[in-house]
Amino acid sequence: MIASTERFDLAVIGGGVVGCALFRRFALGGVKCLLIERGADILSGVSKANSAMLHTGFDAPSGSLEQACIQAGYAEYLAIHDKLNLPLLETGGLLAAWTEHELGKLPAIVAQAHRNGVADVRQVDAAEVRRREPQLAGNVLGGVLVPREHVIDPWSAPLAYALQGLAHGGEIRRNTEVTSGDFDGERWHLETTTGPIDARVVVNAAGLQGDLVEAMARQSPFTIKPRKGQFVVFDKPASRLIGACIMPVPSERTKGVMVAPTIFGNLLVGPTAEEQDDRDHAAVDRGEIEALIARGRRMLPALAGETAIALYAGLRPATQFKDYQIEALADRHWITASGIRSTGLTGSLGIAQHAAALYAKNFGALTTTSEPIWTPVPNLAEHRPRRHGQPGYGEIVCHCELATRAEIEAALSGPLPAGDLGGLKRRTRAMMGRCQGFYCSARVAAIAGGRLADLPTGSAHEPA
Amino acid sequence: MSRHDVVILGGGPAGLSAARRLADLGIRNVVVVEREAELGGMPRHCGHLAFGLREFHRLLSGPAYARRLAETVRGLDIRTRTTVAAIAPGGEVRVMHPDNGVGTIAGRAVLLAFGVRETPRSTRLVSGDRPWGVTTAGALQQFVYLSRIRPFRRAVVVGSELVAFSALLTLRHGGIAAAAMIEAGPRITARRPGDWIARLLLGVPVLTQAKLLAIHGKDKVEAVEIERSGARQTIACDGVVFTGEFRPETAVLAQSHLALDPGTRGPAIDQYWRSSDPQFFVAGNMLRPVETAGVAWAEGCAAADAIAAGLAGQLPPPEPAVPVSIGAPLKYVYPQRLTLPIGDISPLLMKARILSAARGRLRVSADGRQLWSRWMTALPERRLSLPIARLLPDDVNSVAVEFIKD
Repeated sequence: MIASTERFDLAVIGGGVVGCALFRRFALGGVKCLLIERGADILSGVSKANSAMLHTGFDAPSGSLEQACIQAGYAEYLAIHDKLNLPLLETGGLLAAWTEHELGKLPAIVAQAHRNGVADVRQVDAAEVRRREPQLAGNVLGGVLVPREHVIDPWSAPLAYALQGLAHGGEIRRNTEVTSGDFDGERWHLETTTGPIDARVVVNAAGLQGDLVEAMARQSPFTIKPRKGQFVVFDKPASRLIGACIMPVPSERTKGVMVAPTIFGNLLVGPTAEEQDDRDHAAVDRGEIEALIARGRRMLPALAGETAIALYAGLRPATQFKDYQIEALADRHWITASGIRSTGLTGSLGIAQHAAALYAKNFGALTTTSEPIWTPVPNLAEHRPRRHGQPGYGEIVCHCELATRAEIEAALSGPLPAGDLGGLKRRTRAMMGRCQGFYCSARVAAIAGGRLADLPTGSAHEPA
Repeated sequence: MSRHDVVILGGGPAGLSAARRLADLGIRNVVVVEREAELGGMPRHCGHLAFGLREFHRLLSGPAYARRLAETVRGLDIRTRTTVAAIAPGGEVRVMHPDNGVGTIAGRAVLLAFGVRETPRSTRLVSGDRPWGVTTAGALQQFVYLSRIRPFRRAVVVGSELVAFSALLTLRHGGIAAAAMIEAGPRITARRPGDWIARLLLGVPVLTQAKLLAIHGKDKVEAVEIERSGARQTIACDGVVFTGEFRPETAVLAQSHLALDPGTRGPAIDQYWRSSDPQFFVAGNMLRPVETAGVAWAEGCAAADAIAAGLAGQLPPPEPAVPVSIGAPLKYVYPQRLTLPIGDISPLLMKARILSAARGRLRVSADGRQLWSRWMTALPERRLSLPIARLLPDDVNSVAVEFIKD
C-alpha cells in the first residue's frame, strides 16, 4: 500500500500536556502543524497522572529554564483560563515543618521564593499554621505560606489547548506511533504506524520516549529515567479537612508527599517517587499506597476516618539533569522539549512560548493572530456550576460525579472525541467517583456503543 | 418548598414497601424520590430467580420482582430521575430533576433507603495495573442484564459472599467463562450450598485461602496473581469481578448532620428506626451491609409503621436513650441505641455481625448483668440475632453485646 505523504510545517511528537500546548502555540502562530500521539487519546502517558496544581514557581531552581517556563506558563494560564472556561481554585500552599531540622530550612525556602520573584511567600509560626489549618497534626512547628498556588483541572486544560490548535488549522493524529525518521537537510520524513508524514521541523515532546525519539536527530544527550508517582484520592467529604495544599519541607531528592484539595472536590495524597526502568507500566502497589496513607495521616490525623476511592500511578520523565531539556537544533530542523519531569502542567504554556521563540529564531517567523478562536471546554470543577442542575440537563448517568448523558455524548463527538475510556473519564468525570463504575460503567459502555477503543462491544447473549 | 407527610428517599425494596404500607395506613401525602428512571433498585439488574418469596409468595427474577414492586405503588406520588443533593434539619431534602431543576422538599418524616453498593477495587487497595476489565458484581449484572454487553470473556471472581455466586450465574448467563473464585479466608463466606453450586453445577474452581496480590495487563486485564499456601500463582483472565464488601450508599449523609456508625457505615438508629435526627428514619440496606431484598422489604414495612406512629404522636421522644455497646470481635450491632421506655422491638432489629470467624459465647448484658447468652460458631457476614426484646427492663442504663471467644 502506498500512502500519500502529507506535508506539514511542523510535527509535534507526543500529545501530552506539553505537546498540546506546543501544538496550540504553533497553530496560533500560523504554522501548519500536526500533533502525533501514539495512544488512543491525548494525555495517555505522563500527563494522565499528576498533582493537578498551577505552581507559582516559588521553589523552582532560581535562574533555571524550568523556573522561567513555570512563571511564563502560570501567567499565560491566568490570562487565558476564562476564555477557555478552565477552572482555577486559589487554595494557596502551605509548607509545614514538623521537626526542628525542617523548621531550620524554612528561611532558605522563603529566600528562594523571593529570589524567584514570588514576593508574597512568607514564613508563619506554629500558631498561624494551626489557625489556618486546624486539622494538621498538632506538633507542627511552623510553615511557609505560598498564597497564589492554585488547583486546576489537569485534563481539561490540555484538551482546551488541543481544541484551540485544531480550531486554528492544526491536525491531530492519534493511535500513531513514529517508528523512524529521516532528515534530508530540508525536511523530515517520518514513518509512522498510520503512514508517512513529511514535516519541515519536528518537535520532540515525547515524554517517556523522549530520548528514544531524540535519537532520530542525534545521539541523545539525556536518558529518560522513569520515576513513578503513586497517588491516593479520598472521597469528597475529606476535602473539608484542609484549605490549602499542604506540602512537606522538601528533601534533596524529592518535593515529598503532599495533601491537596482537587478541583473536583476530592482530597489527594501523593506522590511517591520510585525509580523504575519500565516506561509503560505504572502499577499501583498496596504497600506503597498504605505507606502514603500513613504519611497522610501523620500530617492530617482526621484522614483516618475518610475513604480512599481511587488510586493511580503516573510516570514522570526524569533525566540525569535537573532542568528541562529544551533546545533547537538549527541544522537538524529539530526542537527538543524533553525531561519535563514534574512541573509540566504549569510549565507547558511557558515551554510553548519558549519553543516558539526558538522556532522564530531558527526556522522562520510566526504570525500573530489578532483574533484567536477560543474553544471553551465544559466545566468539571466542583466549585463552579456544572451541567447538572441547570434546566434541561437530561439524564444523570454517573450518580457519584453527576455526569449527564449529554456530557458523555458531547465527549464522544466533536473535533477531538474521547479515544478510549480513560479519555472519556477525563472529559466527563463519569466512573471517577466513589463507586468507580459500580452504578454506571455498563451504561457508559452502552452509550459509547463501540466508539471507544478499549470498551467491549460484544453482545452478552451471543455465543463466545 | 413543597411539604409532605413523608418523603421516602430511594425506590428499591425498602422504600417501595414503606410507601405501600404508609398508603395502606391512610397516610396520603407521601413522596418517593428515585434517581434512576425505573423503580426497583438493585434487583432490577439481577437476572436469576432469587426474589419474591417473602413478599409475593413466589420465586421471581430480579427484574420481574422490581416490576411487581413498582406495581404495588402505582398511583402514588413517585418521582423518578430525581437526584438527592443534600439533606438538612427540619426534614428538608434538596433535590434535582432534569426538567424541574433544583428544589427543596420537606417531610414531617423522611425515610432514608438509599441501599448499598460494593467496595470497588481501588478502595480495597489492590496492587497492579489498572486496565479495563476490573469491575464489581453489581456492574457485571448491569453489563449482562441491562446493557447486554459482554465486558470480558474469562473472569476471576473475588470473594465468596452470596453475591459472588450471583456473579457466577451472571457470568454463565452472559457467556463468560469463570476462571476461578478466590477467597482470602479459610472457607467460603456464603452459606451452603453456594460452594456446591460453584463446584458441581458450574464447575468453577473455588480457591480458599487465596490472597489476591496483583492485577496485570496494559490495556486489558491479562492475569491476576494470587498467593496460596505460600506459593504464588498466576491465573490468566481478561476480567476481574470484585464481589461483596457492601457498604451503605451514604454519600449524601457524609456531609449531613446525621451520625453514622463506623461499624455498619450507615446511620445509627434506635429501635424505632430513627436516626440521630428523629425526623429521619432509616430502612433497608442503608442500615448495614447487606441483607436480601426480602429483608429490606420487610424493614421498609416496619419502618413505615414506626413513621405512622410518629406522625400520630405515638413514639416516645428520642431522649432519654441508652447506647448498645459492642466489643471485639463484633463488627456492629443495630440499633445502636435504645430509646426509653424500651417497649416492643421489631424482630428485624437487634442484629449483630462478627469481624472474623470465632467460636464462643454471644452475650447480652444490661447494667452489667447477663440477660442472655448462647454458645455458637459465628461466621462473618452472617447475621447474629439477639432475641432480647422482652428481657430488657424498662429502666436500663446500658446494654452491652459481647462475644467471648473460647
